[in-house]
Amino acid sequence: MKRKLIMALLILVCVLLQATVCPMIAIGEIKPNLLIILTVSFALMRGRREGMLIGFFCGLLTDIYFESTLGFNALLYLWVGYFGGYFYRIFYDDDIKTPILLISICDLGYGIVQYLFRFLMRGRFQFPFYLGRIILPEVVYTLILTIICYQIFYRINRGLSLSDE
Amino acid sequence: MRKKSDDNLKNKYLLAGLSVFCVLLIILSFVNNDIVAPIKQVSGYIVTPVQKGINSFGTWLSGVTENFEDVETLREENESLKEQVATLTEENSLLIQDREELERLRELYDLDEQYSDYEKVGANIIAKESGNWFNLFTIDKGSDDGIQKGMNVIADGGLVGIITEVGSSWATVRAIIDDESNVSAMVFTTSDQCMVGGDLTLIDEGSLTLSRLTDADNAVHVGDKVVTSYISENYLPGILIGYISELNNDSNNLTKSGYITPVVDFRHLQEVLVILELKEYTPSSSDDSGTDSSTEDSQEDNDASESAAEGSQETESETADEDSGSGEEE
Repeated sequence: MKRKLIMALLILVCVLLQATVCPMIAIGEIKPNLLIILTVSFALMRGRREGMLIGFFCGLLTDIYFESTLGFNALLYLWVGYFGGYFYRIFYDDDIKTPILLISICDLGYGIVQYLFRFLMRGRFQFPFYLGRIILPEVVYTLILTIICYQIFYRINRGLSLSDE
Repeated sequence: MRKKSDDNLKNKYLLAGLSVFCVLLIILSFVNNDIVAPIKQVSGYIVTPVQKGINSFGTWLSGVTENFEDVETLREENESLKEQVATLTEENSLLIQDREELERLRELYDLDEQYSDYEKVGANIIAKESGNWFNLFTIDKGSDDGIQKGMNVIADGGLVGIITEVGSSWATVRAIIDDESNVSAMVFTTSDQCMVGGDLTLIDEGSLTLSRLTDADNAVHVGDKVVTSYISENYLPGILIGYISELNNDSNNLTKSGYITPVVDFRHLQEVLVILELKEYTPSSSDDSGTDSSTEDSQEDNDASESAAEGSQETESETADEDSGSGEEE
């Protein structure tokens, strides 16, 4: 119960930070994607089920505040969480390299899917531009943020696991 | 081992279930957006105050750090500002003369519905769209302050965007530089109609695309003012959008396209004004022969192209006392 409450709070805080603080630290109009970090980190530490649920709620909340097509981000983050969960217990979660690699892959995939469904469908064909100007910079910035955020999430998770027992 | 495969199956069911739920939501919001609106309302109550808090804290924080850096620059600035004051006072007296002239001309043009006369409400931007793909933001005023969906948002004397969603104490704005935004506009000097759209590929230049400009007389030049059009469905007429920065002939040789530099500095936008007046879309004024009423094809107002041909023959004479809705004197 305590875990659920804290996770709900964490999701809410991250969604809010993403909408308020991330635009302030944006470099060249590119914001890091905190929600991908949250989803993949917990998927890696806690498995598929938790990854899916966290991703789903992260996406749903973003949809509620900004997208007129409700459910699109929820679906995307849901799959990100599920994918991230595959690596649960295959790699050690206290090694920073795995989450960095995994989060980069997920963010890259996330960007490409966003492009395919929201831009290509409307006839915006310059994929190299979008890849070079939006998707890859976001991946790099997210990757840098991961180094800080993953430590925090790791500690939160360890604290919760200890109090669970 | 059994337990593990059980878990596996459960996870797959959960994934499938939630996926179906999401797809249903997507379909639902495509079919009828009003159904999902209440969910957004309720959540807005909880989140807006927190967003406001974080935002004002952030502004305070950046304010504190800037304080230290700024003392030096402030001194220099003070010097140059003093000089500026002198020149401005001079300019001001000239402008007062100009204003009198403007008032006279405005009466002539019958442009009494200038947007300076509209009732407006100021609002702060408290959050931005979380991804890097779209240009939406949330402001801290909502239906309690009289804001409705479809109202125009301005800042720095230029068009910022349009309200897309409203809660009691918040509203979402789609900026005109957003990739999905389309505004039907016209060139101020010649009243030639055109479309102004946002494009993410212009993120570095910060400009807007100009398309479908009908300029049969070749009277439109780089540097001309572009304002919102009378025939626009969603935007009040005469709001300044920006200045033409590039103009090329289209391959069909009938229309022109190019780029516009907006007057609004979208990167440093913090406060905006919402015009508390909705564009009441009247199909067409009596003398406009109804060319523009039937072509509302896309989400924003894509109705410029047809009537563009109609409106292109405006005279440039200053004393022409035509009706503000039409372009066919002579």
